[in-house]
Amino acid sequence: MRSPLARFLVRRILTALLLAVGITLITFVLTNLVPGDPVAANLGQRAVGDPAIVAQWRADHGLDRPLPQQYLMHLEGLLHGDLGTSQQSHRPVLDDLAESVPATLELAGAAILVSLILGVGFGVVAALRRDRLSDHVLRVLSLIGISVPTFWLALVAFYVFFFRLQVTPGSGRIDPGMTPPPQVTGLYTVDALLSGRWDVFSSAIGHLAAPALVLALYTIGLLTRFTRSAVLEVLGQDYVRAARAKGLPGRVVLFRYVLRPALVPVITVAGLAFGSLLSGTVLVEAVFAWPGVGQYAYKSATTLDLPAVMGVGLVVGVVYLVINLVVDVLYGVIDPRVRVS
Amino acid sequence: MKRAGLFARRRGSRLPQAWRRPLAVVGTVVALAWIVVALAAPLLAPHDPLAQELPRLAPPGPGHWLGTDQLGRDILSRIMYGARVSIPLTLLLVALSVVIGGLLGACAGYFGRWVDETIMRLADLVFAFPTVILAMVVAAALGASLGNAVLAVLVVAWPAYARVTRGLVLGVREREFVLSGRLLGFSAWRSLRVDVLPNVTGPVLVLATLDIGTALLLLSGLSFLGLGAKPPSPEWGAMVAGGVEVFDSWWVATFPGLAILTVVLAFNFLGDTLRDALDPRTAQAIKERAL
Repeated sequence: MRSPLARFLVRRILTALLLAVGITLITFVLTNLVPGDPVAANLGQRAVGDPAIVAQWRADHGLDRPLPQQYLMHLEGLLHGDLGTSQQSHRPVLDDLAESVPATLELAGAAILVSLILGVGFGVVAALRRDRLSDHVLRVLSLIGISVPTFWLALVAFYVFFFRLQVTPGSGRIDPGMTPPPQVTGLYTVDALLSGRWDVFSSAIGHLAAPALVLALYTIGLLTRFTRSAVLEVLGQDYVRAARAKGLPGRVVLFRYVLRPALVPVITVAGLAFGSLLSGTVLVEAVFAWPGVGQYAYKSATTLDLPAVMGVGLVVGVVYLVINLVVDVLYGVIDPRVRVS
Repeated sequence: MKRAGLFARRRGSRLPQAWRRPLAVVGTVVALAWIVVALAAPLLAPHDPLAQELPRLAPPGPGHWLGTDQLGRDILSRIMYGARVSIPLTLLLVALSVVIGGLLGACAGYFGRWVDETIMRLADLVFAFPTVILAMVVAAALGASLGNAVLAVLVVAWPAYARVTRGLVLGVREREFVLSGRLLGFSAWRSLRVDVLPNVTGPVLVLATLDIGTALLLLSGLSFLGLGAKPPSPEWGAMVAGGVEVFDSWWVATFPGLAILTVVLAFNFLGDTLRDALDPRTAQAIKERAL
């Protein structure tokens, strides 16, 4: 425990655990805030009229106990993987989510990859060509990127590229009629490669392209803006000027002296960007009929299927928490200053 | 004395140059145009936004410049009336977030200890969720209505202001003029209100301007999900959602979406300009170019 790194790790993990408990508390409080009566939602018309059945049902589900006790029961259920039952599919929410998580991971993973490559690339170019035409163009483009309503862009992209130009395949993860690759990771692109099915791979990539690009546009804008200012800050440092003054080649100065320190904070922003990608899936998957968590959330929200909505909130909240934990730890390992502060 | 703080002076001398840049001019013109449309919608709109007339799903052309939707309502008129729904609600939302988040953040920074801990841990909890997901969860729990959607976005939006204000207050709290106020016998509230808050408003206003776009995107996103405005309200997000069902009639979804885009873009241009004007490093760059 003496080393600052160990202390930093323990503190960060404890905070994450506390936040995870906080997330469960929020979804629990929200579920109990609903004006609707769970008895009416779960029992039939005639059963609701019978006080004995209602009392029995409430006792069975622990609804007659005080709220703190109900919360502990809820927590215990969660630890056993019980996220409740969807009112729409009448299946456990966990099962529904388990089916849709790989699709969303594939989509969000592709989007974050595209965002990192393009966002960081554009940001570096804009900073190096500061106040020239390309900087101004990239600035306007990145502002447009963070201003476009994702749900609208998804619709426009679907209409233009699928319906009009027919350059992208339609909705879903692979062409209709094609059998999915044998499941290893649940990611069709990876599974298709693993089983050597090139036709499925190219179909999966084709289907992934449009929704991933639509989803990535916001984070590309975000990362471009952040990278630009991070690089500009480092460019103004004395040691960069010194490196130039002693005659080091431009490329060495750029990669060794500028990009290395400038791109470290980008890791944190990439973690935050992943959060907006997860948010975006709710708005994009519905339009592209992508069978992931986002579409499940969209369907649950539009039908006010509360257990399902809360399940999505809980799972996505915890996934986001873990990603930010990993990002923070990574940041702490790379940059010693973070551990001390 | 208190008005002559760091940000007040900068605002006076450097803003005019920043406002002459193309992005600032475009942002101002577009934002003002939308505010005029919102105010004068009954005078400007060619049709009743709720009137259902034939032909249905008419493409853009004379008579219906932006076409009609599946119920035969004029899309241009609906977008104009929609400005009266989306823009005031978004401004109200951001104003409330500034006031609530700002006050909580100021209290956290000024009083410290358990007040700080309670407020900031609550903020951390909100930050632990991706925004749309938390807003969706709150809106679904409260029930689908525009008012509840506003409340849901408010829940997501206040912590950013709390965090920024807290940081700024921590910086100002120990300055001489604040301490001398306390020594003169100002109460904690008076000191906070008179000496501290005016000195933190600059950056908070920049954040608010940049946040108008985000708030509008969130609010219309919730309506798109069916958790906000109810039909027949001409809310832009709900209008885009209406276009999903008839997406081969592209005009139904395209134009309301463009309305959202232009408003968000205009306020982001303005926010960017404000931030540059208040940031000493970029402000210097503007000054050098202007000379």
